[in-house]
Amino acid sequence: MLRQTARWLVSSLVLLFVITAATFVLASLAPGDAAKAILSSQSGSYTTQQYQQMRHALGIDQPLPVQYWHWLDGVLHGSLGADLFSGQPVMQELNARLGPSLSIIVGTVIVSGLVGVSLGTVSALRGGALGRLVDVVSLAGLALPNFWLALVLVELLAVRVQAFPATGYAPLGTDPGPWLRSIALPVLTLAAGGVAFVAKQTRDSLSEVMSRDFIVLLRARGLSRRSVVLRHALRNAAIPVVTVLGLLLVGLLGGTVLIENVFSIPGLGQEAVTAAGSHDLPVIEGVAFYFAVVVVIANLLVDVSYRLLNPRVRES
Amino acid sequence: MTLISPAATTPGHELPPRLSGGGRGRALRELARRPLALVAAAYLVIVVIVAIGASWLAPDGPQQEDLARVLSGPSAAHWLGTDRLGRDVLSRLMFGGRITLLGVAEAVVVFAGLGITLGLVAGFTGGWTDRLIARFGDLVLALPGIIVLLMVLSVFPGSELATMVALGLLSCPTLLRVVRGSTLTIRGETYIKAARLSGLTSARVMWRHVLPRLAGPIIVQLSLFAAAAVLVQSALSFLGLSTPETQGPSWGNMVGEASDVISQDPWLLVPTGGVLVLTVMALGLLGDAMRDVTAARHLAPPPPRRRHGRRSPVGPSRRPAASGETPPPATSMLSVRGLTIAFAAGGRDIPVIRDVSFDLAPGEALGIVGESGCGKTITTRALLGLLPDGGRVTGGSAMFDGADLAAMPERDFGRIRGNMIALVAQEPMSGLDPSFPVGSQLTEVIRRHHAMSRGQARARAAELLALVNLPEPREAMSRYPHELSGGMAQRVSIALALAGNPRLLIADEPTTALDVTVQAEILALLRDLGRRLGMAIILVTHDWGVLADLCDRALVMYAGEVVELASVEDLYRSPRHPYTDGLLAANPHLAPVADTLPAIPGTVPPPSAWPAGCHFQPRCRHATDECGTGIIPMAEPAPGRLTRCIHADKVVTAR
Repeated sequence: MLRQTARWLVSSLVLLFVITAATFVLASLAPGDAAKAILSSQSGSYTTQQYQQMRHALGIDQPLPVQYWHWLDGVLHGSLGADLFSGQPVMQELNARLGPSLSIIVGTVIVSGLVGVSLGTVSALRGGALGRLVDVVSLAGLALPNFWLALVLVELLAVRVQAFPATGYAPLGTDPGPWLRSIALPVLTLAAGGVAFVAKQTRDSLSEVMSRDFIVLLRARGLSRRSVVLRHALRNAAIPVVTVLGLLLVGLLGGTVLIENVFSIPGLGQEAVTAAGSHDLPVIEGVAFYFAVVVVIANLLVDVSYRLLNPRVRES
Repeated sequence: MTLISPAATTPGHELPPRLSGGGRGRALRELARRPLALVAAAYLVIVVIVAIGASWLAPDGPQQEDLARVLSGPSAAHWLGTDRLGRDVLSRLMFGGRITLLGVAEAVVVFAGLGITLGLVAGFTGGWTDRLIARFGDLVLALPGIIVLLMVLSVFPGSELATMVALGLLSCPTLLRVVRGSTLTIRGETYIKAARLSGLTSARVMWRHVLPRLAGPIIVQLSLFAAAAVLVQSALSFLGLSTPETQGPSWGNMVGEASDVISQDPWLLVPTGGVLVLTVMALGLLGDAMRDVTAARHLAPPPPRRRHGRRSPVGPSRRPAASGETPPPATSMLSVRGLTIAFAAGGRDIPVIRDVSFDLAPGEALGIVGESGCGKTITTRALLGLLPDGGRVTGGSAMFDGADLAAMPERDFGRIRGNMIALVAQEPMSGLDPSFPVGSQLTEVIRRHHAMSRGQARARAAELLALVNLPEPREAMSRYPHELSGGMAQRVSIALALAGNPRLLIADEPTTALDVTVQAEILALLRDLGRRLGMAIILVTHDWGVLADLCDRALVMYAGEVVELASVEDLYRSPRHPYTDGLLAANPHLAPVADTLPAIPGTVPPPSAWPAGCHFQPRCRHATDECGTGIIPMAEPAPGRLTRCIHADKVVTAR
């Protein structure tokens, strides 16, 4: 157990290091820099001297490894630096944007998991017309571009029926109603693909388990089909499904970037697009860091689930 | 890679067996038999042709404005309507396909090039190269793909090529893993080893011998990735980050334009989104069909070659066997008459078991012998109402305890399974649920059959484990199946079968998967339990030694039929069916020392290729023309003995 934890910790740290370092290198390759962007936003023209001063003030005149070292040093002291434009601490800015993104991501994983596993189970056991229906639903779910689906849902459910707000985000307050309504359409959009993905995996995995010897033997011992499926088969089929849920969670980081821009939701994804456009390195680094942390946590959750589900993994 | 839809990372892929010359042709033909896949392929071909030939085929130029006809909707002049500048939507979609599909092609080339090369090298070379490449793959997969793409876009603003190359690179680990895994499997096969030993260079072996076999899984991955690439390219274009409108129309930025005028003209969302959905669906369908074809080729038995029976055109067909008419003896506990089982295949029922009849007295041990594929297991599964999907009883009866098992509805089997008839199967390990400890599996079954508290059930479970001579039964309760040896697992399986105090135990090759010493122990245990508990046993086996150890009588099955039924002693001494004779002669325990073991020539025909008349006659040295005409009835050459052979007397004299 201790060794497992140590191994997880080491690999997580390596992952965080590599991702942030890679982002740093990539970001510095971009033509232009923040000093130029700030100066030209303040006044049309500026002198080379002003430019150099600004670069020095921002700390971006130093060699790249030194800049990265400063950044790492900051992380160890609990700071992700300051937004080059607003001067606000990056951590504070991103924390404010964490709520909307996590609401959407976690909401989508939950909806996809519940609906996907149910659909997949039904189709694995019934086959026939129902199995084909799930095939069609999965295919459509995976094929619908989510930015397009978002527009269609807004047109239908926000503009014509007006059941949900078309854009914006309401923080979770004492009354969860507005919050739920504000994330409903984004979650619905992203869950279309998620449900399809989970349903397909559940069906494949469960069909495979249902064809194993022990299933017939459980039935031969007198257990009902229902308890064989719910207690034994689903549990044995769960590991690939959990893997898929982990992949889905990580994949949703990309999905939120699109969806937050379509629905004007002030989340991490929207911030990422803005920061990338304005060369705001500390913010880009910060978003990459937050995303990497989400990946690390997702991996941990998947790992812990494996351990709970499979006795063989548990002891090794 | 965290941007693409997870479709491209779907795990699970089948490796096709080695393809003979016509193998790939067959795959294509199978693909062609799927209408949906054909439609998808045709659609994709048309889209590509139209995109390439847009300059000649499109009715208008992509930027040709007609401000008099803005947002006109579909009309004869503009089939898909016009946009807010009065430009023809159909023409723009045709030109847009160029940008979108070119981007997809760029991504696919990078994805395939890197994924296949790295996967082949990793799988083929092994060692630290393999570990290094695998690490690289893990790392790339962990990168937040969207951040990387955004970075790439800020280095190369609006560049489609840069974005798509990055996308291919970021996604290539999924293909790398598939190729590496399959290569590892293939590398171990004899003909690859032979090719390497014969001096071919590694590169040549990979290119000529390994790669062709990976075609199936690779095409599956490519089509799924292409589908994902269409979505990513369009999404970035929709956001205006890659290929914005200033670079000309793309499917993605056309959706973006449509969204600007969504309140005035929602129609524009239909053609722009529609072409995207259809293209992604077509790629997905093609990938799925390809996967099914490779998987089917992997699983399906070779297509049956129908034998032409030596049926004489004028010979009278014999009356079907009359075995269904024999009344059961008064002492019988199970009485099977004319049991016939069929499986649905290609819209019709193919019989796999035909006219099986036998009786079983309480406490009796009856054997069922025969080669694999003769229907022994299917016959016993029918008694439990647990035929595999597609199988059903199409005739005959199986009377047990006043009820007909052959006609019993599913809900009534709850009364039978476990507490009347129980089952022990061949593979002890795969017969236990790997996720639960032994004790929990036992108490679950015990409480299903007896009204007991949890504590009582645990006590009973320990008793049962002691009954099957499992050492340290209390400690064993907390063990998981993978912590047991094969012999221990089989004892647990027997304890599970005994949990409901059954009157009949079906033991389906209970010792085949065990070591010889353990085999003897398990057989002794079964014999002892049968005697002590007064439990009847049906033993399915192909081992004459096991049969002699445990059984009083046995039926010999061949190709779905009972060919002989007699006491075990009579079967050994004087078989009355050529198949029994052949089986006995091929038995290593009974053959004379230093003689070559005589095998029966040929193999058991699959049910779809049963010969007319006697099923065994193509392999039989006594066969005459008469054997191929009509169904051979059961004959009773001596009291209590049955044989399905018209030359039974020849078998006796030939020995």
